[in-house]
Amino acid sequence: MIEARGVWARRGGTDILKGVSLEVDEGEILAVIGPTGSGKTTLLRLLNLLDHPDGGKVLFDGTDVSKDERSRFSARRRMAMVFQKPTIFNLTVEKNVSYGLRIRGVSGQARRDRSRAALRDVGLSGYENRRAFSLSGGEAQRVALARALVTEPELLLLDEATANLDPRTAETIEDLIRRAGGDGLSVVMATHDLDQARRLSDSVAVLVGGEMVQMGSPDDIFERPESDVVARFVRARSGW
Amino acid sequence: MDEIAAGLVRAAEMILALDPTVVEITTKSLAIALTSTAIAAILTVPIGGLIHFHNFRGKRVVVNLIQTLYSLPTVTVGLVVFLLLSRSGPLGSFGLLFTPWGMVIGQTILIMPIITGLTIAALSGVGPAVRDTAVSLGASKFQAIFTIMAEARAAMLAAVLLGFGRALSEVGVAMMIGGNIRGYTRVLTTAIALETSRGDVELSMALGIILISISLIVNLLVNRAQGNWWS
Amino acid sequence: MLRISTTTSLYDTGLLDEIEDIFEGLYNVDVQIVSGGTGIAIERAEKGDADLILVHDLARERKFIEEGYGLSRTCFAYNYFIIVGPEADPAGIKEMNVSEAMKTIMEQGIADPDKIKFVSRGDDSGTHAREKLLWDRAGFNYTEVATSGRWYVEAGQPMGQTLLMTSEMRGYTLCDTSTFAAYRSDLDLVPLIEEGDDLLNVYAAIPVNPAVYPETNCEMARNFVNYLVSDEGQSLIAEYGTETIGKPLFNPARGNCDLIGCSGDECSVPLADDRCNMAEA
Repeated sequence: MIEARGVWARRGGTDILKGVSLEVDEGEILAVIGPTGSGKTTLLRLLNLLDHPDGGKVLFDGTDVSKDERSRFSARRRMAMVFQKPTIFNLTVEKNVSYGLRIRGVSGQARRDRSRAALRDVGLSGYENRRAFSLSGGEAQRVALARALVTEPELLLLDEATANLDPRTAETIEDLIRRAGGDGLSVVMATHDLDQARRLSDSVAVLVGGEMVQMGSPDDIFERPESDVVARFVRARSGW
Repeated sequence: MDEIAAGLVRAAEMILALDPTVVEITTKSLAIALTSTAIAAILTVPIGGLIHFHNFRGKRVVVNLIQTLYSLPTVTVGLVVFLLLSRSGPLGSFGLLFTPWGMVIGQTILIMPIITGLTIAALSGVGPAVRDTAVSLGASKFQAIFTIMAEARAAMLAAVLLGFGRALSEVGVAMMIGGNIRGYTRVLTTAIALETSRGDVELSMALGIILISISLIVNLLVNRAQGNWWS
Repeated sequence: MLRISTTTSLYDTGLLDEIEDIFEGLYNVDVQIVSGGTGIAIERAEKGDADLILVHDLARERKFIEEGYGLSRTCFAYNYFIIVGPEADPAGIKEMNVSEAMKTIMEQGIADPDKIKFVSRGDDSGTHAREKLLWDRAGFNYTEVATSGRWYVEAGQPMGQTLLMTSEMRGYTLCDTSTFAAYRSDLDLVPLIEEGDDLLNVYAAIPVNPAVYPETNCEMARNFVNYLVSDEGQSLIAEYGTETIGKPLFNPARGNCDLIGCSGDECSVPLADDRCNMAEA
């Protein structure tokens, strides 16, 4: 579905990503783990085609979308991202959730119906007319998720999507993600929660210091770390 | 002191009884200021957007210049427009001097810097996260711009209201371009100036009360726009 | 400190600034001059905000003294009001007398308000008061005149601005010779009617009565009045303007008392030393 081939990202004179490659198939859930500052957010932004890579390529559904603005635009319309601290527009919840539908020209009634369904899925039924500023952190996160899912993307990018949620809400969201993955949606999720990574993902990629140090199944990473770096990371964070 | 009190009472009477002179002057004032504000807003919002959303060499200079023009002395604008519109000036053949439309031209020019500058400030106040969110949800460049403007709508409304307030309460342009002609270009500010110089305290006060009241309402609206709509 | 309240017609010519400099040098006093329409000029004095008024409206001057605010009246200068208009004189008033001219302007103005306009001060100034008088003498009710159509433009502006507006509109207006001379080069207007008894414009100085406002600087006001009617003062007035415009803007009152209808002690006669003490409420 989406592939990064040796991408580099440079910010303010420093290389944040150094030749990172990964591939995610249809319906696959990839967890990207690594210490803070390892470049997870930067990587996600590159995959979301928000930023251009300073080196290397990004391919979406087989097409090179690194440079050409038109192909980037149409690719972006087939994916959606939920940021670490989501920005809810200063509108009602319903208008937020239906934003993606509105800009795609979906008609009023269909927009409302689909938004309502999406809110139900994230456990926020009845929130349609609430205003942005009245939402708690967890509620905002879920609205952002509903907003992303309502456009029926082929690829979902999540940056620490459950970080601000209480365990029960986090579980609801995880179920949602799992179901979506089952429906053919590809997911790339950056997470600090190693247990979550083990639970949810089909593959795990370990990003340390801007480099992809290992990629494989959860068992590969957690049981058979290939290097000291990885080993230390999974041991330290898993508390083994 | 007695005179002030008597004047206030008489002024209230005039307002409540809808004295025709007071009504005429007030509606003329509002009509001219509103027209100027509308035209200025239509022109400057796109200009402000253009400046904000593009990065070009000298952008900071341009923005600084606009901010300097906020406090353009009204008499300076009045003078320049007067020279343009007078018979001996380049636009003399349109016969706009001493007409309400001439005043609209002058006031529009006067308030364009404020509305432009505050529009740019309003848009700058919308964080980059909004753009990222819009784009990541599939917004085109144009759609993203519109979304950002919608996010800034409260501050932009405040900008327009401030422009209106300035247009309504200025004297320099109104006097020099309008000429304070009774029944034609006499507005609140120029009427107050005249009536005060004539010593007609009651009428001056009535008009003054109205002007202050309108300013108060505008300010309340600005505050509401800024306060209630922010999170 | 000497506070003088005067009219814009007089002040805008610059005559008073010149006299102020000399007077301040002579008496070592701070002279503060404030100008406005005749109405407000007199009102300032009625409120006690001035020590001396210099105005040009006989009726209101008399009232000011009768009501006890003014100490005495002293004529010190005069000139004429004139009716000015575009050189082409579309209403054709040039050879007429004042009343005929006003009538003609009005009739033609009502018929064709785009072509013929009359601009009025509209501000209760001395000039405005004279204009109303002229309409009256021509046989018209002023309120009817003022509301009879678009041809009558009631600007609410001082003389200079009114002249500029008249020039822009290619209309007619009533004006005093001194302000007109001062603004002449900026205007496309020429004097069309310059003579007539009704056009006489006499300037008088009236100190504020210390019996009504004891803190008023009556002595210094008296000195100022006496300077105006002194040899030096009268000759300065007689020549003022010759350098800048080629002809004088004012005529001295002295020697012209009959002409200007100002008689006896009122005409250019200095006030006695104890005049302030003799004041009555």
